[in-house]
Amino acid sequence: MKRWAAALSVVACCLNATAQPDPRRSGFDDMSPQTQAMQRDDMQNPAMLTVQDGAALWERAPSASAKACSGCHGTAATSMRGVATRYPAFDNTLKKPIDLSQRINQCRERRQQSAPFAPESAELLALESYVALQSRGMPIAPPADPRLQAPRARGEALYRQRIGQLDLSCAQCHDERAGGRLGGSLIPQGHANGYPLYRLEWQAVGSLQRRLRNCMNGVRAEVPGYGAPEFVELALYLAWRDRGMKLESPAVRP
Amino acid sequence: MARTLLTVPPTAKRGEVIELRTLIAHIMETGFRPDANGQVKPRDLITRFTCRFNGELVCSAELYPAVAANPYLSFTMLATESGTLSFSWEGDNGFSQSESVVLTVT
Repeated sequence: MKRWAAALSVVACCLNATAQPDPRRSGFDDMSPQTQAMQRDDMQNPAMLTVQDGAALWERAPSASAKACSGCHGTAATSMRGVATRYPAFDNTLKKPIDLSQRINQCRERRQQSAPFAPESAELLALESYVALQSRGMPIAPPADPRLQAPRARGEALYRQRIGQLDLSCAQCHDERAGGRLGGSLIPQGHANGYPLYRLEWQAVGSLQRRLRNCMNGVRAEVPGYGAPEFVELALYLAWRDRGMKLESPAVRP
Repeated sequence: MARTLLTVPPTAKRGEVIELRTLIAHIMETGFRPDANGQVKPRDLITRFTCRFNGELVCSAELYPAVAANPYLSFTMLATESGTLSFSWEGDNGFSQSESVVLTVT
């Protein structure tokens, strides 16, 4: 009997070893070699210019009476390591999930007593990319907070909901038709593992919300404003869908 | 002041060909695009780039509206002696930026 158990465990080990490879492909894998080279080399990646701005903002106090980010958090390389992999996360005060940019703005309002940055502003993107950079290469690890269950489920429903005049859901392109082509361009699997990222089409750094708004606009749907709960819920589901994938922020995408 | 990223090897052997790479943050607005209100955005370009080594011209380039935002330029140079590399970018609306890097040749 014991021998059987041992044999079974050996079989189980073999089964684990030959487990299916991860079918998920980062957008990086589907880019042209030239664009991949841009992302690999920090001296070619234009998002690193934004990161430099972020590093300067991290050290600069917004007013004479307020501390800089570094005044509380110290060196970002240690204090912010892994932080970006856990967002969106549940906020106890607001009693709702918030994403990383909202967290930065919240800190700015509450701790630094300063006006929050406008969504998608250069400053906010700079700080967000600087914080996200500290988690580069780490696996995306959405928190197992039970309070995130309901919003995540709403995010997933939104992901599968047909929207707009073209009557398309996110899932129809990025799950069912990923790898195919839309016009001349390849349809990626839509993993949000590199935001904020430098998009060649934008010629600028942008957030996940900007990308989502782009897609919604593309299917001619009504686009919610920046910071709308729908975006955070979608981001929650996307983080769950991408769990374990490596964070590439600040990535480059075509 | 625009942000720049310069890749210059800190040391080089005499006679070695070294690669210099520059990236600068700039919107490179063409002057042809309308904004959200339909008004044409005024042109804002970097028009000229120069790289000098101890005052001697290494590479210069003229940039036009077809160049993408955040221009990236790379070129090579023969390392003959130690000295200072100076990079400068000039453009519309009085845009001007210069950076310098010390190169040690052994």
